Amino acid sequence: MMQNLWAYIVEPLQYAFMVRGILASVLVGVVCGLVGVFVVLRGMAFFGDALAHSVLPGVAVGYWVGHGARGPLFWWALATAVMVALGIGGISKGGRLKEDTAIGIIFAGMFALGIAIISMGRSYSVDLVHFLFGDVLGVSWNDLALTASFSFVVMLVLFLFYKEFLVVSFDETLARTLRLPHRVLYYVLLVLMAVTIVVAMQTVGVALMLAMLVTPPATAYLWARRLPSMMILSALIGALSGVLGLYVSYYAGMASGAAIVLVCTALFGISFLFTRMKPNAKTLGTEK
Amino acid sequence: MNAAFLVDREDNPAREVSHDPGAPVLDVRDMRVAYGATVVLDGISFSLRTGEHVAVIGPNGAGKSTLFKAIAGVEKPCAGQVRIGGHDPSGHICIAYIPQRSMIDWSFPVTVRDVVMMGRFGRMGWLRHASRADHARVDESLNLVGMTALADRRIYALSGGEQQRMFIARALAQEAELMLMDEVLAGCDAPSQRDIHAVLEKLRERNVTIMVSTHDMDEASSRYDRVLLLNREIIGFGSVEDVFKPALLRRAYGHHLHVLPSADGVMVLSDTCCGGGVEPE
Repeated sequence: MMQNLWAYIVEPLQYAFMVRGILASVLVGVVCGLVGVFVVLRGMAFFGDALAHSVLPGVAVGYWVGHGARGPLFWWALATAVMVALGIGGISKGGRLKEDTAIGIIFAGMFALGIAIISMGRSYSVDLVHFLFGDVLGVSWNDLALTASFSFVVMLVLFLFYKEFLVVSFDETLARTLRLPHRVLYYVLLVLMAVTIVVAMQTVGVALMLAMLVTPPATAYLWARRLPSMMILSALIGALSGVLGLYVSYYAGMASGAAIVLVCTALFGISFLFTRMKPNAKTLGTEK
Repeated sequence: MNAAFLVDREDNPAREVSHDPGAPVLDVRDMRVAYGATVVLDGISFSLRTGEHVAVIGPNGAGKSTLFKAIAGVEKPCAGQVRIGGHDPSGHICIAYIPQRSMIDWSFPVTVRDVVMMGRFGRMGWLRHASRADHARVDESLNLVGMTALADRRIYALSGGEQQRMFIARALAQEAELMLMDEVLAGCDAPSQRDIHAVLEKLRERNVTIMVSTHDMDEASSRYDRVLLLNREIIGFGSVEDVFKPALLRRAYGHHLHVLPSADGVMVLSDTCCGGGVEPE
């Protein structure tokens, strides 16, 4: 029985693309889990979803310009994501429209633009599916190196400025009376979200990105008492979902991004039922 | 964000501007604050003595929160100036703003100790973690407000009075010399109010200057050195006897307050603008 299980575990590992895929999903799970904690606690889920979708036109233009080359797409996506993050961040503060309305307009418009550009290419449907739902098994060693270095930078910034991000997320007025540069911290957080989304794009795609940013932190929230444990748990859940999801995808012949997200969702469901049985059940975001 | 954070804390103990000796702890001159075209406060001038406790009263929308935020340097006045110990508030971290409870996300995964420690963040400097001295200061602050036993409790499990005492502890950890407390007693039951009053009395020994906004007239008229009556401008500022006059109260509240002259001064029946002192904002 144990030998059987072992065989199931190692079988996919004989393929280099599976090994690369698993490594990429672990990195993406960890970095999304960490950044996602702030997305969830600050109520920025819609912003994250919008940002992920808004990357599409950048990627499409990169694809067009590079005649289908995959290499430069990361940089096109990164430039677009950072620009959109800072753009929406600027517009949504003190504009004439409500924040979510402004985000919605930009989000839908950018997404449509992306689809329009891609649809003018020859292999429209294949490419679109890759961008929307990810192509983790197509990750190259080069992609993996980029993913790893940018994940590391995101984690380093979160670690170094942890206490500043904590105070600006919990009580912005306190951050201001402590004379911390709250606007700068806000924009740094937006850039971290943008980088995270680009790093995760090849693994889960833009359409399912929100799940990686929201579901592992929400699951961790149910179990954790304090922010550090929530972040560690969220990263672990993200990584575990990545690995389990790829195995499910391998054995069930299922799209990898969808499999990863479904594992995430299942872990949340189980946690939700378990923690509901505990006394002092608490709810996120409703006790304001 | 500049080279200052590389300087060792011991060499640079005060990241903030020092106070001029002799300058009042707070001096506001001809201040006007507006949101867009709406003027919220206008012609505000007053100053506070070190260590005094001042109640700020006025109807809903009188600008009490805005006044506190402008003093704290969170809102920028569009005219006039605020001076903290003779200097612009922007360099000071000795002003604590204690928020209305509705402004805080109580589901946030932090304990009481975590929140109080946040008061130290302004003095720790960039890239630094809490030192033993920071922890000692947090312990002392928790002890002073009587929250030591609740230090490791999640904040969603606190009562209203405990939430406010936690924020006062945070202000102490911040080493605040001026504390601005927005509706600190609103929605607290009588025992909680007693606990908070006891803490405020302890702060007198430390010479902390305090402004408390309140809708409770009984509270405002009994426990403070001076009362500031506000409605877009200062209607009255002085002792209880000077401020609790029918004409002044009517000017501030219009018909939202029932005032009866009585044998020993004025009898205020109620501030009808909000149910029992709980501001519905």
